[in-house]
Amino acid sequence: MAETNGKVEEDAKVDRWAAGVIPYAKMGYWEPDYVPKDTDILCAFRVTPQAGVDPIEASAAVAGESSTATWTVVWTDRLTTHTHYQAKCYSCTPIPGTDNQHLALIAYDIDLFEEGSIANLTSSIIGNVFGFKALKALRLEDMRIPTHYVKTFPGPPHGIVMEREYLNKYGRPILGATTKPKLGLSARNYGRVVYEALRGGLDFTKDDENINSQPFMRWRDRYLHVMEAVQRAQAATGEVKGHYLNVTAATMEDMYERATFAKEVGSIIIMMDLTVGFTAMSSMSNWARANGMILHLHRAGYATYARQKNHGVNFRVVSKWCRLLGVDHIHSGTVVGKLEGDPNIIQGYYNTLRLDKVKANPVQGLYFDQDWASMPGVMPVASGGIHAGQMHQLLHYLGEDVVLQFGGGTIGHPMGIAAGATANRVATEAMVKARNEGKDYFKEGDQILKDAAKRCPELQMALDVWGEISFNYESTDTPDVLPTATIA
Amino acid sequence: MRITQGTFSYLPDFTDAEIAAQVQYSIDNGWAIAIELTDDPHPRNVYWEMWGLPMFEVTDAAGVMHEVNRCREAFPNQYVRVSAYDATLGRQTTALSFIVQRPAEEPGFRVERQESHDRQIRYTLYSYAAEQPHGERYARS
Repeated sequence: MAETNGKVEEDAKVDRWAAGVIPYAKMGYWEPDYVPKDTDILCAFRVTPQAGVDPIEASAAVAGESSTATWTVVWTDRLTTHTHYQAKCYSCTPIPGTDNQHLALIAYDIDLFEEGSIANLTSSIIGNVFGFKALKALRLEDMRIPTHYVKTFPGPPHGIVMEREYLNKYGRPILGATTKPKLGLSARNYGRVVYEALRGGLDFTKDDENINSQPFMRWRDRYLHVMEAVQRAQAATGEVKGHYLNVTAATMEDMYERATFAKEVGSIIIMMDLTVGFTAMSSMSNWARANGMILHLHRAGYATYARQKNHGVNFRVVSKWCRLLGVDHIHSGTVVGKLEGDPNIIQGYYNTLRLDKVKANPVQGLYFDQDWASMPGVMPVASGGIHAGQMHQLLHYLGEDVVLQFGGGTIGHPMGIAAGATANRVATEAMVKARNEGKDYFKEGDQILKDAAKRCPELQMALDVWGEISFNYESTDTPDVLPTATIA
Repeated sequence: MRITQGTFSYLPDFTDAEIAAQVQYSIDNGWAIAIELTDDPHPRNVYWEMWGLPMFEVTDAAGVMHEVNRCREAFPNQYVRVSAYDATLGRQTTALSFIVQRPAEEPGFRVERQESHDRQIRYTLYSYAAEQPHGERYARS
């Protein structure tokens, strides 16, 4: 490392303004002595250079291509205070246990970015460097958003605290279910599933990401039937209930039309898919704030760029962008369910979404301290292959401020949908009660559930059917730093 | 029907020992304890009547239980809930809230539908009990 630094410093004497191609590192994009300012946006990239490419040069190229540089020297740089606008790679270290992967830390001046625009931020930072030839692979692992920039964003329309007060539900995870089958039900049958799940004990039901407005069920018919179901369930329980009506559509005009109709028929919550893009999400966030609507985000498509360890954008960065642009819910992994998720990495996502001051913690993949400056937290949603028999694990890993979504685990219950909902609700309340009473609920979870099931045949049946189901596959996205056991 | 507001409504009604355990957990977290009551349990009725001020200084669940029992004796036919309030910066909200007494009979709610244009329906939730004047709701035992 020191050897490489020496070489770069020596080469830096070459004329910076000579026409032609000179290495990025020598154009000012590598500045090992740079001390990041409090106002800088900081990025941690996992850089895998092509064989024979110096890692520092590769990292400087990332800094260059994501800020002011092009492939050759341009004299027009001299019309600007170019050192101000150049991103600076200030650290480049090999990642232990990897084959030629390096962690590059890059600082960007806040002037590079438009206030309140995730589209602009992402166009800069992930705009074109990911296809850069000199790199074999590139992954944006984390981003430190300075308070100065945080304060230019609206944040969640409601946030965790306001949502709980609006729902009048405290002290336990919120429970939901996605209507199944996700495609094919008519509006009338769909509403039946919603009614049964809500009256049985769930707080929310949900459209799936690809339920929009298909020939078998048009959106308007679905909204009308769902609201009948929600209102009936509220009367049956005396609780506030809701169903996330998916407003994802081909154009913003369509989305606004659907959101407005959802409001007219009395829905308290709508949802959209990540596939609509950052600008559309930001617009819906504004709409939700103006209309008192809780806004749920389904991260449809995220794994296409977030899952592989050496390339793409880590989900913790997407989480930060979504908290900034402002959603109230976001799907963030389950640890124990059917979808990807290492426990430490998921904990990092949850902390990023929920806490105000998040400390750097490499075990959780958090490379920087992040101060949200009192921006409300986003409620994480755990969905995909979870069931009542895992309640102790879910509470342990995910905590209280989370929506647990049991789709199959509600609707697949042999005694019916309402029974499935009751099983999940009883399991949740029993586990929270045990935890609050000081029991070692993580260890004794199975017994706590069995005891609760003695007075709840619905839970007994759920445990009989799903009690043994688990999804034990290795995660692809794991921390580089492992916790070391300390000897007592 | 059984109104299922609150953190633990799907479990059997708590014994005093079970209530005290939740209260002690809340006190140990530094939360203030409030006792509230109502005879209008509409899900949008946020402001139940306060049984005195929230207890900010209490250190022992026994003190809270004394007040819970006084409240229940004074209003045996109303809903009573115990709530724990977390004043920590970033929370400043209720942390736990559960019903510790409910009327013997809970008549529940009906949905009233007003048919509107374009197949839309305006819904209103009516509490059967709240159709009686305040103080005359829920049969006295």
